[in-house]
Amino acid sequence: MSQKLLLDYGSGGKASQRLISGMFLKYLGNDRLNRLDDAAFLELSGPISMSTDTFTVDPLFFPGGDIGSLAVHGTVNDVAMLGARPRFITCGLILEEGLDMDVLERIIASVGRAARNAGVEVVTGDTKVVPRGAADKIFINTTGVGEIFVTPGPSGHSAKPGDAILISGTMGDHGLTILSKREGLSFDAPVESDSAALNHLIVRLLQEIPEIHVLRDPTRGGLATTLSEIALQSNVECFIREKDIPVREAVAGGCSFLGLDPLYLANEGKFICILPEKFADKALEIMRSDVLATNAQQIGEVRKDHPGKVVLETPIGGHRLLDMLEGAQLPRIC
Amino acid sequence: MNSLEQKLKDPKLCRSIVGRINEELDGELRFMEVCGTHTVSIFQSGVRSLLPDGIIHLSGPGCPVCVTHEREVAAFLDLAERKDVIVATFGDLMRVPGPNKRNLKAAQAEGARIKVVYSPFDAVNLAKEHPGDKVVFLGVGFETTAPTIAATIKIAQEAGVNNFLVLSFHKLVPPVMKVLVEDPELAVNAFMLPGHVCMVSGLEPYRFLADKHGIPAVVTGFEPVDILRSILTFIRMRNKGEAAVTNGYVRAVADGGNPKAQAIMNEVFEPCDALFRGMGSIPAAGLGIREAYGDFDAIRALGLTLPDVPPLAGCKCGDVLRGKIRPDECPLFKKVCTPANPVGPCMVSTEGSCAAYYKYQI
Ligand code: SF4
Repeated sequence: MSQKLLLDYGSGGKASQRLISGMFLKYLGNDRLNRLDDAAFLELSGPISMSTDTFTVDPLFFPGGDIGSLAVHGTVNDVAMLGARPRFITCGLILEEGLDMDVLERIIASVGRAARNAGVEVVTGDTKVVPRGAADKIFINTTGVGEIFVTPGPSGHSAKPGDAILISGTMGDHGLTILSKREGLSFDAPVESDSAALNHLIVRLLQEIPEIHVLRDPTRGGLATTLSEIALQSNVECFIREKDIPVREAVAGGCSFLGLDPLYLANEGKFICILPEKFADKALEIMRSDVLATNAQQIGEVRKDHPGKVVLETPIGGHRLLDMLEGAQLPRIC
Repeated sequence: MNSLEQKLKDPKLCRSIVGRINEELDGELRFMEVCGTHTVSIFQSGVRSLLPDGIIHLSGPGCPVCVTHEREVAAFLDLAERKDVIVATFGDLMRVPGPNKRNLKAAQAEGARIKVVYSPFDAVNLAKEHPGDKVVFLGVGFETTAPTIAATIKIAQEAGVNNFLVLSFHKLVPPVMKVLVEDPELAVNAFMLPGHVCMVSGLEPYRFLADKHGIPAVVTGFEPVDILRSILTFIRMRNKGEAAVTNGYVRAVADGGNPKAQAIMNEVFEPCDALFRGMGSIPAAGLGIREAYGDFDAIRALGLTLPDVPPLAGCKCGDVLRGKIRPDECPLFKKVCTPANPVGPCMVSTEGSCAAYYKYQI
């Protein structure tokens, strides 16, 4: 049987030291982290993008990823969306007493792998062990910083009427995967999370097209909520066509079974790109040349008729609002 | 998606039916979709925005969450407070406002043991996992849901799971429609009958609409083409001066319904009076658990009574459910009553008509 995590490991004493050198440095080590000073010494210059997020996903492991890689991807992507090269991340862990040590090791290894792939260094971290029941297995907080390399960089406030709205791929994969794993549901066709670091693609895109107005990743709340936020921030109408929004057949099927809307489900490896119409084709070409965005599509445009609102054209040509959700989506009765 | 489904969403076909609706519509048509799934589908598919102004659709008492009476919600909340009870429920009920706007979500946050399940069978398993507790499943729904719950009760009985209970507030559609059409102020010319409910009950229980009251009714599926075709049927019947109850959903509904489902439902349940939100008590419109299955009846086993609850001030749910007003004609709509702060359940249910107007209406 695997060893269990003891409260001692959070004591700051020898057990903590063993955890740090035997596991964290093994998987996350680099020149900055290895120094084990109270803080990390960083060389950064110019405008900086910074973001923090805490990950509490259940289950910890799911098709397409795990809480470790997710914690890296989520923060790296958020930092990148401002037009920045993510450089450094921090990693704070809240661990529940009794956690399997090999589960922890798999997760930390995954953090290390994801950080290497994204080209960021984990430069400082923290570990707390709380008594059994005070937390659910493992919570991870990551904070990231990156150097902004385009000014003015993209922002949710910069959408302009006449802009094209693009998305980098299929919607709802992550959200449905987590829900189906958590509830033990299985569908005819398997679903898989799209969790991925988008920063390399974002850098390429912005180097070629610095005129991009908005970049956002539609995580919690999905495409619908993120577009609603952009519509409000920029005081414009986001007009989108449902028939152009890519959704995998397995996701569409699972959603219709549960009475959920894929446009409200979380994505962890996709982004929305809003830019002047004349650059749309070029952006799509760049996106589609990357494995993370082969299904990129223009899904609509920015208008001025209904400021602050998202209007959806349905496949039969009708129009309706696509509103933000109140609370979480719940599967239906009948 | 198979080819039939594709066809039922086909934009060209939809446009051509809309064209015919425009040509043949003579005067105003006020139809009621009895089922909440229709309401949502009419908005979500964009059908509503394609219909001419002369067609007014009203939402009826067919969303199981919306018709749940505040006294019933009060009973849920009372149950949730019992220390030896785990409440198992479908997610839809979590946010339905009861007395003082309290709901199950709030009770859960305060420590009540409430588990959202995806199938009533999950509740039986939950009961097996917690032999020291009583697991009470909140039975809300129409003819669509009731047979499954009946089957679940039988399965629990066979498996000897005696700490599984059902609080049956199931409701039947035909008796409430009877109340609607007997209202002298009825403002509806045609009924779109609930496809899922009719899969179980068939067409027979609805014949009285045409035979006795001269109102056309069509059993309707949930795709845009289904809905548009039914509207065209209403118009054509009216233009010919005819009224009939017809089946526009033959791919799923047999005229006689599903005898097996009816049998199991009737074996476990018996008709009883039922409370409908905004409409009061309606004779024989509910389903109580028969004495033979009394061991699984939460009302009997736990000695539950429905607490008295003052009606919600200002909420026009009753008028909305009766088709007398559209949700946006309720004075509280969007002002006092929003999905974040719902006054009535029609604003929180995924199938609620007030929520549909709030969410989808441009
Ligand atoms: S808008 Fe609110 S108060 Fe008015 S009928 Fe609907 S739910 Fe009731």
